[in-house]
Amino acid sequence: MKIPAELKYTKNDEWIRIEGDIAVIGITDYAQDQLSDIVFVEIVALEGDTLDSGETCAVIESVKAAADVYLPVGGEIIAINEALMDSPELVNEDPFDKAWLIKVKMADPSQLDGLMDADTYKNLERDH
Amino acid sequence: MYTPHTEADREAMLKVIGVKELDDLFQCLPDKGKYPTLDLPDGISEMEILDELSYIASANETPQELISFLGAGAYNHYIPAAVDNILRRGEFLTAYTPYQPEIAQGTLQAIFEYQSLIAALTGMDVANASHYGGGTAVAEAVNMAYHQFRGRKKKIVLSPSVHPHYRGTIHTYMQGIDLEIVGEDLDPEASPDDLIELIDEDTALVLVQYPDFFGRIYDLTKLGEAAHEKKALFSVHINPISLGMLKPPSEYDADIVTGEGQPLGIPMSFGGPYLGLFATKKQYVRKMAGRLAGETVDNKGQRGYVLTLSTREQHIRRENASSNICSNQGLTALASTVYLSLLGKNGLKKLAELNYHKAHYAADKISTVPGFMVNPVQPFFNEFVVHCPLPAAEINEMLIQHDILGGFDLGLDYPGLKHELLVAVTELTSRSEIDHLVSVLEEEYHD
Repeated sequence: MKIPAELKYTKNDEWIRIEGDIAVIGITDYAQDQLSDIVFVEIVALEGDTLDSGETCAVIESVKAAADVYLPVGGEIIAINEALMDSPELVNEDPFDKAWLIKVKMADPSQLDGLMDADTYKNLERDH
Repeated sequence: MYTPHTEADREAMLKVIGVKELDDLFQCLPDKGKYPTLDLPDGISEMEILDELSYIASANETPQELISFLGAGAYNHYIPAAVDNILRRGEFLTAYTPYQPEIAQGTLQAIFEYQSLIAALTGMDVANASHYGGGTAVAEAVNMAYHQFRGRKKKIVLSPSVHPHYRGTIHTYMQGIDLEIVGEDLDPEASPDDLIELIDEDTALVLVQYPDFFGRIYDLTKLGEAAHEKKALFSVHINPISLGMLKPPSEYDADIVTGEGQPLGIPMSFGGPYLGLFATKKQYVRKMAGRLAGETVDNKGQRGYVLTLSTREQHIRRENASSNICSNQGLTALASTVYLSLLGKNGLKKLAELNYHKAHYAADKISTVPGFMVNPVQPFFNEFVVHCPLPAAEINEMLIQHDILGGFDLGLDYPGLKHELLVAVTELTSRSEIDHLVSVLEEEYHD
Protein backbone atom coordinates (compact mmCIF):
# COMPACT_ATOMS: atom_id res chain seq x y z
CA MET A 1 0.00 0.00 0.00
CA LYS A 2 1.53 3.29 -1.08
CA ILE A 3 1.55 6.20 1.38
CA PRO A 4 3.69 9.02 -0.03
CA ALA A 5 5.66 10.72 2.74
CA GLU A 6 5.19 14.30 1.48
CA LEU A 7 1.34 14.26 1.69
CA LYS A 8 -1.12 14.95 4.49
CA TYR A 9 -4.00 12.55 5.23
CA THR A 10 -7.47 12.46 6.78
CA LYS A 11 -9.09 9.62 8.65
CA ASN A 12 -11.63 9.45 5.80
CA ASP A 13 -8.75 8.39 3.52
CA GLU A 14 -8.32 11.60 1.57
CA TRP A 15 -4.82 12.90 0.78
CA ILE A 16 -3.79 16.54 0.55
CA ARG A 17 -0.79 17.95 -1.32
CA ILE A 18 0.13 21.50 -0.33
CA GLU A 19 1.33 23.75 -3.15
CA GLY A 20 1.72 27.20 -1.60
CA ASP A 21 -1.79 28.33 -0.64
CA ILE A 22 -3.33 25.65 -2.86
CA ALA A 23 -4.45 22.26 -1.55
CA VAL A 24 -4.73 19.40 -4.08
CA ILE A 25 -7.07 16.67 -2.87
CA GLY A 26 -7.57 13.02 -3.80
CA ILE A 27 -8.32 9.65 -2.22
CA THR A 28 -5.62 7.27 -0.99
CA ASP A 29 -4.40 3.98 -2.35
CA TYR A 30 -6.05 2.28 0.62
CA ALA A 31 -9.38 3.96 -0.21
CA GLN A 32 -9.33 2.93 -3.87
CA ASP A 33 -8.37 -0.61 -2.88
CA GLN A 34 -11.29 -0.82 -0.44
CA LEU A 35 -13.73 0.52 -3.01
CA SER A 36 -12.41 -1.86 -5.73
CA ASP A 37 -13.25 -1.13 -9.40
CA ILE A 38 -14.31 2.49 -9.68
CA VAL A 39 -16.97 3.07 -12.32
CA PHE A 40 -17.96 6.70 -11.84
CA VAL A 41 -16.56 9.86 -10.36
CA GLU A 42 -18.82 12.83 -9.87
CA ILE A 43 -17.30 16.04 -8.65
CA VAL A 44 -20.21 17.88 -7.12
CA ALA A 45 -18.48 21.23 -6.62
CA LEU A 46 -18.03 23.66 -9.49
CA GLU A 47 -15.03 25.86 -10.18
CA GLY A 48 -15.49 29.16 -8.41
CA ASP A 49 -17.58 27.68 -5.58
CA THR A 50 -16.46 28.39 -2.03
CA LEU A 51 -16.89 25.41 0.27
CA ASP A 52 -16.26 24.88 3.97
CA SER A 53 -14.10 22.06 5.22
CA GLY A 54 -16.20 18.95 5.76
CA GLU A 55 -18.53 19.59 2.83
CA THR A 56 -19.00 16.90 0.20
CA CYS A 57 -16.98 17.76 -2.90
CA ALA A 58 -17.14 14.49 -4.84
CA VAL A 59 -18.85 11.12 -4.98
CA ILE A 60 -16.92 8.05 -6.04
CA GLU A 61 -18.84 5.00 -7.09
CA SER A 62 -17.39 1.54 -7.47
CA VAL A 63 -18.94 -1.80 -8.30
CA LYS A 64 -19.26 -2.30 -4.53
CA ALA A 65 -20.17 1.04 -3.00
CA ALA A 66 -20.48 4.77 -3.35
CA ALA A 67 -18.43 7.03 -1.13
CA ASP A 68 -18.53 10.75 -0.44
CA VAL A 69 -15.32 12.70 -0.50
CA TYR A 70 -15.26 15.47 2.10
CA LEU A 71 -13.26 18.62 1.62
CA PRO A 72 -10.51 18.52 4.28
CA VAL A 73 -9.79 22.22 4.01
CA GLY A 74 -12.20 25.01 3.06
CA GLY A 75 -11.75 27.62 0.36
CA GLU A 76 -12.41 28.45 -3.26
CA ILE A 77 -12.47 25.60 -5.76
CA ILE A 78 -10.00 26.58 -8.47
CA ALA A 79 -9.84 23.36 -10.51
CA ILE A 80 -11.60 20.02 -10.86
CA ASN A 81 -10.22 16.99 -12.65
CA GLU A 82 -12.47 16.63 -15.68
CA ALA A 83 -10.49 13.64 -16.96
CA LEU A 84 -12.04 11.46 -14.25
CA MET A 85 -15.53 11.83 -15.76
CA ASP A 86 -14.47 9.78 -18.78
CA SER A 87 -11.77 7.71 -17.10
CA PRO A 88 -12.85 6.88 -13.54
CA GLU A 89 -10.45 3.91 -13.56
CA LEU A 90 -7.58 6.41 -13.09
CA VAL A 91 -8.53 6.48 -9.41
CA ASN A 92 -7.60 2.80 -9.20
CA GLU A 93 -4.54 3.10 -11.39
CA ASP A 94 -2.92 6.26 -10.09
CA PRO A 95 -4.68 7.61 -6.99
CA PHE A 96 -1.91 10.00 -5.93
CA ASP A 97 -1.15 11.65 -9.22
CA LYS A 98 -3.42 11.46 -12.28
CA ALA A 99 -6.51 10.95 -10.13
CA TRP A 100 -6.36 14.16 -8.12
CA LEU A 101 -9.96 15.33 -7.68
CA ILE A 102 -10.02 18.98 -6.84
CA LYS A 103 -7.78 21.99 -6.13
CA VAL A 104 -8.72 24.44 -3.40
CA LYS A 105 -7.34 27.86 -2.65
CA MET A 106 -7.25 27.56 1.12
CA ALA A 107 -9.17 30.15 3.11
CA ASP A 108 -7.56 29.14 6.41
CA PRO A 109 -4.38 27.04 6.14
CA SER A 110 -4.52 26.42 9.91
CA GLN A 111 -7.20 23.82 9.09
CA LEU A 112 -4.28 21.68 7.92
CA ASP A 113 -3.08 21.36 11.50
CA GLY A 114 -5.56 18.62 12.29
CA LEU A 115 -4.40 16.41 9.40
CA MET A 116 -2.17 13.37 9.71
CA ASP A 117 1.31 12.89 8.30
CA ALA A 118 2.19 9.70 6.42
CA ASP A 119 3.45 7.83 9.47
CA THR A 120 0.37 8.55 11.55
CA TYR A 121 -1.89 7.59 8.65
CA LYS A 122 0.03 4.34 8.14
CA ASN A 123 -0.55 3.35 11.75
CA LEU A 124 -4.18 4.43 11.80
CA GLU A 125 -6.33 1.85 13.52
CA ARG A 126 -9.06 0.51 11.26
CA ASP A 127 -12.42 -0.67 12.43
CA HIS A 128 -12.07 -3.83 10.40
CA MET B 1 -46.33 -14.04 5.52
CA TYR B 2 -48.04 -11.05 7.04
CA THR B 3 -47.31 -10.64 10.73
CA PRO B 4 -49.41 -8.03 12.49
CA HIS B 5 -48.21 -6.27 15.60
CA THR B 6 -48.78 -8.26 18.76
CA GLU B 7 -50.58 -6.87 21.76
CA ALA B 8 -47.18 -6.48 23.46
CA ASP B 9 -45.82 -4.53 20.43
CA ARG B 10 -48.75 -2.16 20.61
CA GLU B 11 -48.41 -1.57 24.29
CA ALA B 12 -44.71 -0.85 23.90
CA MET B 13 -45.44 1.68 21.13
CA LEU B 14 -48.19 3.38 23.10
CA LYS B 15 -45.86 3.65 26.07
CA VAL B 16 -43.19 5.33 23.95
CA ILE B 17 -45.55 8.02 22.71
CA GLY B 18 -47.15 8.42 26.12
CA VAL B 19 -50.67 7.28 25.29
CA LYS B 20 -52.62 4.98 27.56
CA GLU B 21 -54.76 3.13 25.05
CA LEU B 22 -55.35 3.11 21.31
CA ASP B 23 -58.68 4.93 21.57
CA ASP B 24 -56.93 7.96 23.05
CA LEU B 25 -55.36 8.56 19.66
CA PHE B 26 -58.80 9.19 18.17
CA GLN B 27 -60.05 11.67 20.75
CA CYS B 28 -59.97 14.47 18.21
CA LEU B 29 -62.67 12.78 16.11
CA PRO B 30 -66.28 13.80 16.73
CA ASP B 31 -68.28 11.06 18.49
CA LYS B 32 -70.75 10.62 15.67
CA GLY B 33 -67.90 9.72 13.34
CA LYS B 34 -66.59 6.99 15.62
CA TYR B 35 -67.73 3.43 15.02
CA PRO B 36 -70.73 4.39 12.87
CA THR B 37 -73.28 1.69 12.14
CA LEU B 38 -72.81 0.78 8.53
CA ASP B 39 -76.10 -0.01 6.87
CA LEU B 40 -74.75 -2.76 4.64
CA PRO B 41 -76.83 -5.46 2.97
CA ASP B 42 -76.20 -9.13 3.74
CA GLY B 43 -73.61 -10.97 1.71
CA ILE B 44 -74.70 -12.35 -1.66
CA SER B 45 -73.41 -15.09 -3.95
CA GLU B 46 -70.84 -14.65 -6.74
CA MET B 47 -73.58 -15.19 -9.32
CA GLU B 48 -75.74 -12.47 -7.80
CA ILE B 49 -72.91 -9.99 -7.39
CA LEU B 50 -71.83 -10.47 -11.01
CA ASP B 51 -75.37 -9.73 -12.10
CA GLU B 52 -75.53 -6.59 -9.97
CA LEU B 53 -72.15 -5.27 -11.06
CA SER B 54 -72.96 -5.90 -14.73
CA TYR B 55 -76.11 -3.87 -14.26
CA ILE B 56 -74.15 -1.00 -12.70
CA ALA B 57 -71.48 -1.20 -15.42
CA SER B 58 -74.13 -1.00 -18.12
CA ALA B 59 -74.67 2.64 -17.15
CA ASN B 60 -71.23 3.41 -18.63
CA GLU B 61 -71.01 4.57 -22.20
CA THR B 62 -67.75 3.72 -23.92
CA PRO B 63 -66.10 4.80 -27.17
CA GLN B 64 -67.10 1.37 -28.50
CA GLU B 65 -70.76 2.40 -28.25
CA LEU B 66 -70.45 6.10 -28.95
CA ILE B 67 -68.84 8.05 -31.74
CA SER B 68 -65.91 9.67 -29.95
CA PHE B 69 -64.00 12.85 -30.72
CA LEU B 70 -62.48 13.06 -27.25
CA GLY B 71 -58.70 13.05 -26.84
CA ALA B 72 -56.84 15.65 -24.79
CA GLY B 73 -54.11 13.25 -23.73
CA ALA B 74 -55.80 9.85 -24.05
CA TYR B 75 -56.57 8.51 -27.53
CA ASN B 76 -58.83 5.84 -28.90
CA HIS B 77 -56.54 3.79 -31.14
CA TYR B 78 -56.99 0.27 -32.44
CA ILE B 79 -55.15 -2.32 -30.35
CA PRO B 80 -54.23 -5.50 -32.24
CA ALA B 81 -55.37 -8.69 -30.46
CA ALA B 82 -51.79 -9.96 -30.26
CA VAL B 83 -50.90 -7.21 -27.77
CA ASP B 84 -53.26 -8.49 -25.10
CA ASN B 85 -52.47 -12.09 -25.92
CA ILE B 86 -48.76 -11.63 -25.24
CA LEU B 87 -49.36 -9.44 -22.18
CA ARG B 88 -51.45 -12.14 -20.55
CA ARG B 89 -48.77 -14.79 -20.78
CA GLY B 90 -48.04 -15.78 -17.19
CA GLU B 91 -44.30 -15.25 -17.63
CA PHE B 92 -44.90 -11.54 -18.26
CA LEU B 93 -48.06 -10.92 -16.28
CA THR B 94 -46.73 -12.17 -12.97
CA ALA B 95 -43.06 -11.29 -13.31
CA TYR B 96 -41.77 -9.20 -10.47
CA THR B 97 -39.13 -6.52 -10.71
CA PRO B 98 -36.14 -8.03 -12.52
CA TYR B 99 -33.32 -7.59 -10.02
CA GLN B 100 -32.09 -11.13 -10.59
CA PRO B 101 -31.00 -11.51 -14.22
CA GLU B 102 -30.65 -15.26 -13.83
CA ILE B 103 -34.42 -15.64 -13.51
CA ALA B 104 -35.68 -12.57 -15.40
CA GLN B 105 -34.18 -12.75 -18.90
CA GLY B 106 -37.54 -12.42 -20.67
CA THR B 107 -38.61 -9.35 -18.73
CA LEU B 108 -35.17 -7.76 -19.07
CA GLN B 109 -35.05 -8.38 -22.81
CA ALA B 110 -38.54 -6.89 -23.18
CA ILE B 111 -37.38 -3.75 -21.33
CA PHE B 112 -34.24 -3.59 -23.49
CA GLU B 113 -36.33 -3.84 -26.68
CA TYR B 114 -38.72 -1.20 -25.33
CA GLN B 115 -35.84 1.20 -24.59
CA SER B 116 -34.37 0.61 -28.05
CA LEU B 117 -37.71 1.37 -29.72
CA ILE B 118 -38.29 4.56 -27.73
CA ALA B 119 -34.73 5.75 -28.35
CA ALA B 120 -35.18 5.14 -32.09
CA LEU B 121 -38.59 6.82 -32.15
CA THR B 122 -37.45 9.96 -30.34
CA GLY B 123 -33.99 10.04 -31.93
CA MET B 124 -32.34 10.17 -28.50
CA ASP B 125 -29.26 8.26 -27.26
CA VAL B 126 -30.95 6.48 -24.41
CA ALA B 127 -34.44 5.78 -23.03
CA ASN B 128 -35.13 4.52 -19.54
CA ALA B 129 -37.30 1.52 -18.70
CA SER B 130 -40.35 3.87 -18.42
CA HIS B 131 -42.27 5.81 -15.83
CA TYR B 132 -45.85 5.51 -14.56
CA GLY B 133 -47.38 7.97 -17.01
CA GLY B 134 -46.78 11.07 -19.11
CA GLY B 135 -47.27 13.33 -16.08
CA THR B 136 -44.62 11.54 -14.05
CA ALA B 137 -42.22 11.61 -16.99
CA VAL B 138 -42.65 15.37 -17.43
CA ALA B 139 -42.22 16.00 -13.70
CA GLU B 140 -39.08 13.83 -13.67
CA ALA B 141 -37.71 15.94 -16.53
CA VAL B 142 -38.09 19.04 -14.36
CA ASN B 143 -36.57 17.22 -11.41
CA MET B 144 -33.63 16.04 -13.49
CA ALA B 145 -32.90 19.50 -14.86
CA TYR B 146 -33.08 21.01 -11.39
CA HIS B 147 -30.55 18.50 -10.07
CA GLN B 148 -28.37 18.69 -13.17
CA PHE B 149 -27.49 22.22 -12.05
CA ARG B 150 -27.44 21.15 -8.39
CA GLY B 151 -30.20 23.58 -7.52
CA ARG B 152 -28.14 26.57 -8.67
CA LYS B 153 -30.57 27.44 -11.45
CA LYS B 154 -33.91 28.15 -9.89
CA LYS B 155 -36.30 28.69 -12.74
CA ILE B 156 -38.11 26.65 -15.37
CA VAL B 157 -39.89 28.02 -18.41
CA LEU B 158 -43.08 26.01 -18.89
CA SER B 159 -45.31 26.46 -21.93
CA PRO B 160 -49.02 27.10 -21.24
CA SER B 161 -49.79 24.55 -23.97
CA VAL B 162 -48.30 21.64 -22.02
CA HIS B 163 -51.15 19.38 -20.85
CA PRO B 164 -52.74 21.03 -17.76
CA HIS B 165 -52.59 17.75 -15.81
CA TYR B 166 -48.86 17.42 -16.44
CA ARG B 167 -48.33 21.00 -15.32
CA GLY B 168 -50.28 20.16 -12.18
CA THR B 169 -48.02 17.17 -11.60
CA ILE B 170 -44.95 19.38 -11.93
CA HIS B 171 -46.31 21.76 -9.29
CA THR B 172 -47.06 18.87 -6.93
CA TYR B 173 -43.65 17.31 -7.47
CA MET B 174 -41.66 20.45 -7.00
CA GLN B 175 -43.49 21.91 -4.00
CA GLY B 176 -41.14 22.74 -1.17
CA ILE B 177 -38.25 23.20 -3.61
CA ASP B 178 -36.99 26.69 -4.27
CA LEU B 179 -37.98 26.71 -7.95
CA GLU B 180 -39.83 29.36 -9.89
CA ILE B 181 -42.11 28.19 -12.72
CA VAL B 182 -42.80 30.83 -15.38
CA GLY B 183 -44.64 30.91 -18.69
CA GLU B 184 -47.94 29.24 -17.82
CA ASP B 185 -49.80 32.54 -17.58
CA LEU B 186 -48.96 33.46 -21.19
CA ASP B 187 -51.86 33.53 -23.64
CA PRO B 188 -52.59 29.88 -24.51
CA GLU B 189 -52.41 30.99 -28.14
CA ALA B 190 -48.72 31.83 -27.62
CA SER B 191 -46.22 30.03 -29.83
CA PRO B 192 -42.99 28.43 -28.56
CA ASP B 193 -41.03 31.45 -29.76
CA ASP B 194 -42.98 33.63 -27.30
CA LEU B 195 -41.25 31.72 -24.50
CA ILE B 196 -37.79 32.83 -25.61
CA GLU B 197 -37.82 36.16 -23.79
CA LEU B 198 -38.52 34.36 -20.49
CA ILE B 199 -35.29 32.34 -20.68
CA ASP B 200 -32.36 33.71 -18.68
CA GLU B 201 -29.15 32.53 -17.00
CA ASP B 202 -31.17 31.26 -14.02
CA THR B 203 -33.26 28.93 -16.23
CA ALA B 204 -32.65 25.22 -15.67
CA LEU B 205 -35.20 23.90 -18.17
CA VAL B 206 -37.44 24.97 -21.03
CA LEU B 207 -40.37 22.58 -21.46
CA VAL B 208 -42.86 22.34 -24.32
CA GLN B 209 -45.28 19.80 -25.76
CA TYR B 210 -45.13 18.68 -29.41
CA PRO B 211 -47.75 18.52 -30.85
CA ASP B 212 -48.95 20.75 -28.05
CA PHE B 213 -52.07 20.27 -25.91
CA PHE B 214 -54.10 22.01 -28.63
CA GLY B 215 -52.75 19.63 -31.28
CA ARG B 216 -50.57 22.31 -32.89
CA ILE B 217 -47.19 21.62 -34.47
CA TYR B 218 -44.45 24.24 -34.30
CA ASP B 219 -40.85 24.34 -35.40
CA LEU B 220 -38.89 24.26 -32.14
CA THR B 221 -35.47 25.10 -33.58
CA LYS B 222 -35.26 28.66 -32.26
CA LEU B 223 -36.59 27.78 -28.83
CA GLY B 224 -34.04 24.99 -28.43
CA GLU B 225 -31.24 27.32 -29.49
CA ALA B 226 -32.41 30.01 -27.07
CA ALA B 227 -32.48 27.49 -24.20
CA HIS B 228 -28.96 26.26 -24.95
CA GLU B 229 -27.64 29.79 -25.34
CA LYS B 230 -28.47 30.33 -21.66
CA LYS B 231 -27.14 26.87 -20.76
CA ALA B 232 -30.61 25.58 -19.88
CA LEU B 233 -31.81 22.10 -20.77
CA PHE B 234 -34.53 21.73 -23.39
CA SER B 235 -37.29 19.18 -22.88
CA VAL B 236 -39.99 18.17 -25.36
CA HIS B 237 -43.10 16.13 -24.51
CA ILE B 238 -44.38 14.12 -27.46
CA ASN B 239 -47.29 12.02 -28.69
CA PRO B 240 -45.45 8.89 -29.90
CA ILE B 241 -47.83 8.21 -32.81
CA SER B 242 -47.13 11.67 -34.24
CA LEU B 243 -43.44 10.77 -34.59
CA GLY B 244 -44.46 8.40 -37.37
CA MET B 245 -44.46 11.50 -39.53
CA LEU B 246 -43.03 14.44 -37.58
CA LYS B 247 -39.36 15.33 -37.11
CA PRO B 248 -38.14 13.71 -33.88
CA PRO B 249 -37.31 16.16 -31.05
CA SER B 250 -33.63 15.19 -31.35
CA GLU B 251 -33.58 17.31 -34.51
CA TYR B 252 -34.46 20.31 -32.35
CA ASP B 253 -31.53 19.32 -30.13
CA ALA B 254 -33.80 18.35 -27.23
CA ASP B 255 -31.91 17.22 -24.14
CA ILE B 256 -34.87 15.33 -22.72
CA VAL B 257 -37.87 13.81 -24.50
CA THR B 258 -40.88 12.64 -22.54
CA GLY B 259 -44.14 11.21 -23.79
CA GLU B 260 -47.43 9.59 -22.89
CA GLY B 261 -47.21 6.04 -24.22
CA GLN B 262 -50.96 5.30 -23.98
CA PRO B 263 -51.52 5.62 -27.76
CA LEU B 264 -49.11 2.70 -28.25
CA GLY B 265 -51.46 -0.20 -27.65
CA ILE B 266 -52.74 0.73 -24.20
CA PRO B 267 -56.49 1.08 -23.63
CA MET B 268 -57.86 4.40 -22.35
CA SER B 269 -59.35 2.58 -19.32
CA PHE B 270 -60.55 5.66 -17.48
CA GLY B 271 -57.13 7.25 -17.12
CA GLY B 272 -54.68 4.46 -16.48
CA PRO B 273 -52.48 2.59 -16.03
CA TYR B 274 -50.61 4.44 -18.77
CA LEU B 275 -46.97 4.68 -19.68
CA GLY B 276 -44.39 7.43 -19.19
CA LEU B 277 -41.78 7.63 -21.95
CA PHE B 278 -38.46 9.19 -20.99
CA ALA B 279 -35.38 9.59 -23.18
CA THR B 280 -32.29 11.75 -22.97
CA LYS B 281 -28.79 12.37 -24.28
CA LYS B 282 -26.04 10.03 -23.12
CA GLN B 283 -24.28 12.79 -21.19
CA TYR B 284 -27.25 13.09 -18.81
CA VAL B 285 -27.84 9.39 -18.27
CA ARG B 286 -26.48 9.46 -14.71
CA LYS B 287 -29.06 12.05 -13.72
CA MET B 288 -31.97 10.11 -15.21
CA ALA B 289 -34.47 8.63 -12.77
CA GLY B 290 -35.67 5.06 -13.02
CA ARG B 291 -33.68 2.21 -14.43
CA LEU B 292 -31.99 1.04 -17.57
CA ALA B 293 -31.69 -2.50 -18.91
CA GLY B 294 -28.60 -3.32 -20.94
CA GLU B 295 -27.32 -6.10 -23.16
CA THR B 296 -24.22 -7.99 -22.09
CA VAL B 297 -22.65 -11.43 -22.26
CA ASP B 298 -22.64 -14.06 -19.53
CA ASN B 299 -19.65 -16.12 -18.35
CA LYS B 300 -20.11 -18.45 -21.32
CA GLY B 301 -20.10 -15.60 -23.82
CA GLN B 302 -23.85 -15.85 -24.45
CA ARG B 303 -26.01 -12.80 -24.96
CA GLY B 304 -27.92 -11.76 -21.85
CA TYR B 305 -29.65 -8.78 -20.26
CA VAL B 306 -29.22 -7.05 -16.91
CA LEU B 307 -30.27 -3.90 -15.11
CA THR B 308 -27.25 -1.90 -16.19
CA LEU B 309 -27.93 1.32 -14.40
CA SER B 310 -30.15 2.67 -11.73
CA THR B 311 -29.00 5.75 -9.94
CA ARG B 312 -26.95 4.64 -6.96
CA GLU B 313 -28.79 6.97 -4.62
CA GLN B 314 -31.88 4.84 -4.83
CA HIS B 315 -30.20 1.89 -3.22
CA ILE B 316 -27.22 2.94 -1.18
CA ARG B 317 -27.35 6.70 -0.72
CA ARG B 318 -31.04 7.29 -0.41
CA GLU B 319 -30.69 10.50 1.55
CA ASN B 320 -29.01 12.01 -1.52
CA ALA B 321 -31.50 10.73 -4.09
CA SER B 322 -32.77 13.27 -6.60
CA SER B 323 -35.76 11.05 -7.42
CA ASN B 324 -37.45 8.27 -5.49
CA ILE B 325 -38.49 6.42 -8.64
CA CYS B 326 -36.57 3.19 -9.01
CA SER B 327 -39.18 1.03 -10.72
CA ASN B 328 -40.88 1.13 -14.09
CA GLN B 329 -44.26 0.45 -15.68
CA GLY B 330 -43.50 -3.07 -16.87
CA LEU B 331 -46.72 -4.36 -18.34
CA THR B 332 -47.76 -1.29 -20.31
CA ALA B 333 -44.17 -0.85 -21.52
CA LEU B 334 -44.40 -4.40 -22.83
CA ALA B 335 -47.74 -3.57 -24.50
CA SER B 336 -46.16 -0.65 -26.33
CA THR B 337 -43.20 -2.83 -27.34
CA VAL B 338 -45.47 -5.47 -28.84
CA TYR B 339 -47.59 -2.76 -30.49
CA LEU B 340 -44.61 -1.02 -32.11
CA SER B 341 -43.13 -4.35 -33.20
CA LEU B 342 -46.38 -5.33 -34.89
CA LEU B 343 -46.64 -2.00 -36.68
CA GLY B 344 -43.01 -1.70 -37.70
CA LYS B 345 -41.45 1.44 -39.08
CA ASN B 346 -43.68 1.66 -42.16
CA GLY B 347 -46.80 0.70 -40.24
CA LEU B 348 -46.27 3.51 -37.76
CA LYS B 349 -45.72 5.96 -40.59
CA LYS B 350 -48.94 4.84 -42.29
CA LEU B 351 -50.83 5.04 -39.00
CA ALA B 352 -49.61 8.58 -38.35
CA GLU B 353 -50.60 9.62 -41.87
CA LEU B 354 -54.03 8.07 -41.46
CA ASN B 355 -54.56 10.02 -38.23
CA TYR B 356 -53.30 13.19 -39.86
CA HIS B 357 -55.45 12.95 -42.97
CA LYS B 358 -58.64 11.95 -41.17
CA ALA B 359 -58.21 14.80 -38.70
CA HIS B 360 -57.69 17.24 -41.55
CA TYR B 361 -60.74 15.93 -43.36
CA ALA B 362 -62.75 16.46 -40.15
CA ALA B 363 -61.36 19.98 -39.64
CA ASP B 364 -62.22 20.95 -43.22
CA LYS B 365 -65.76 19.61 -42.95
CA ILE B 366 -66.45 21.16 -39.53
CA SER B 367 -65.21 24.53 -40.84
CA THR B 368 -67.98 24.47 -43.43
CA VAL B 369 -70.67 24.58 -40.72
CA PRO B 370 -71.70 28.21 -40.19
CA GLY B 371 -70.40 29.55 -36.85
CA PHE B 372 -67.74 26.85 -36.44
CA MET B 373 -64.13 27.73 -37.22
CA VAL B 374 -60.82 25.92 -37.34
CA ASN B 375 -57.62 27.95 -37.74
CA PRO B 376 -56.87 27.42 -41.45
CA VAL B 377 -53.11 28.01 -41.34
CA GLN B 378 -51.91 26.42 -38.11
CA PRO B 379 -50.39 22.95 -38.76
CA PHE B 380 -51.77 20.20 -36.51
CA PHE B 381 -51.56 16.43 -36.15
CA ASN B 382 -54.67 14.48 -35.10
CA GLU B 383 -56.28 17.01 -32.81
CA PHE B 384 -57.43 20.58 -33.39
CA VAL B 385 -59.37 23.41 -31.78
CA VAL B 386 -62.84 24.26 -33.06
CA HIS B 387 -64.15 27.70 -32.24
CA CYS B 388 -67.88 27.28 -31.53
CA PRO B 389 -70.79 29.72 -31.71
CA LEU B 390 -71.87 28.57 -28.21
CA PRO B 391 -69.98 27.43 -25.12
CA ALA B 392 -68.29 24.09 -25.88
CA ALA B 393 -70.01 22.56 -22.85
CA GLU B 394 -73.43 23.15 -24.47
CA ILE B 395 -72.26 21.67 -27.78
CA ASN B 396 -71.09 18.54 -25.93
CA GLU B 397 -74.42 18.23 -24.09
CA MET B 398 -76.27 18.37 -27.37
CA LEU B 399 -73.93 15.89 -29.10
CA ILE B 400 -74.27 13.25 -26.40
CA GLN B 401 -78.02 13.20 -27.11
CA HIS B 402 -76.97 11.95 -30.56
CA ASP B 403 -74.61 9.35 -29.07
CA ILE B 404 -71.63 11.47 -30.01
CA LEU B 405 -68.91 12.05 -27.43
CA GLY B 406 -67.83 15.55 -28.40
CA GLY B 407 -64.40 17.03 -27.93
CA PHE B 408 -62.72 18.38 -24.82
CA ASP B 409 -64.23 21.59 -23.47
CA LEU B 410 -61.11 23.77 -23.18
CA GLY B 411 -62.93 26.14 -20.82
CA LEU B 412 -62.47 23.49 -18.12
CA ASP B 413 -58.75 24.23 -18.00
CA TYR B 414 -58.49 27.63 -19.70
CA PRO B 415 -61.22 30.01 -18.45
CA GLY B 416 -60.78 32.23 -21.52
CA LEU B 417 -61.50 29.37 -23.93
CA LYS B 418 -65.08 28.43 -23.08
CA HIS B 419 -66.10 28.53 -26.74
CA GLU B 420 -63.24 26.30 -27.85
CA LEU B 421 -63.69 22.57 -28.39
CA LEU B 422 -60.62 20.33 -28.71
CA VAL B 423 -61.48 17.62 -31.26
CA ALA B 424 -59.44 14.41 -31.68
CA VAL B 425 -59.59 12.07 -34.65
CA THR B 426 -57.79 8.73 -34.92
CA GLU B 427 -57.65 5.89 -37.44
CA LEU B 428 -60.73 4.49 -35.68
CA THR B 429 -62.82 7.51 -36.61
CA SER B 430 -64.56 6.66 -39.88
CA ARG B 431 -65.44 9.09 -42.62
CA SER B 432 -69.14 8.41 -42.06
CA GLU B 433 -68.78 9.24 -38.36
CA ILE B 434 -67.14 12.55 -39.23
CA ASP B 435 -69.88 13.27 -41.78
CA HIS B 436 -72.49 12.37 -39.18
CA LEU B 437 -70.98 14.82 -36.67
CA VAL B 438 -71.03 17.54 -39.29
CA SER B 439 -74.64 16.86 -40.26
CA VAL B 440 -75.72 16.93 -36.59
CA LEU B 441 -73.97 20.28 -36.13
CA GLU B 442 -75.59 21.61 -39.29
CA GLU B 443 -79.05 20.45 -38.24
CA GLU B 444 -78.81 21.80 -34.71
CA TYR B 445 -77.22 25.12 -35.51
CA HIS B 446 -78.73 26.20 -38.84
CA ASP B 447 -80.01 29.75 -38.93
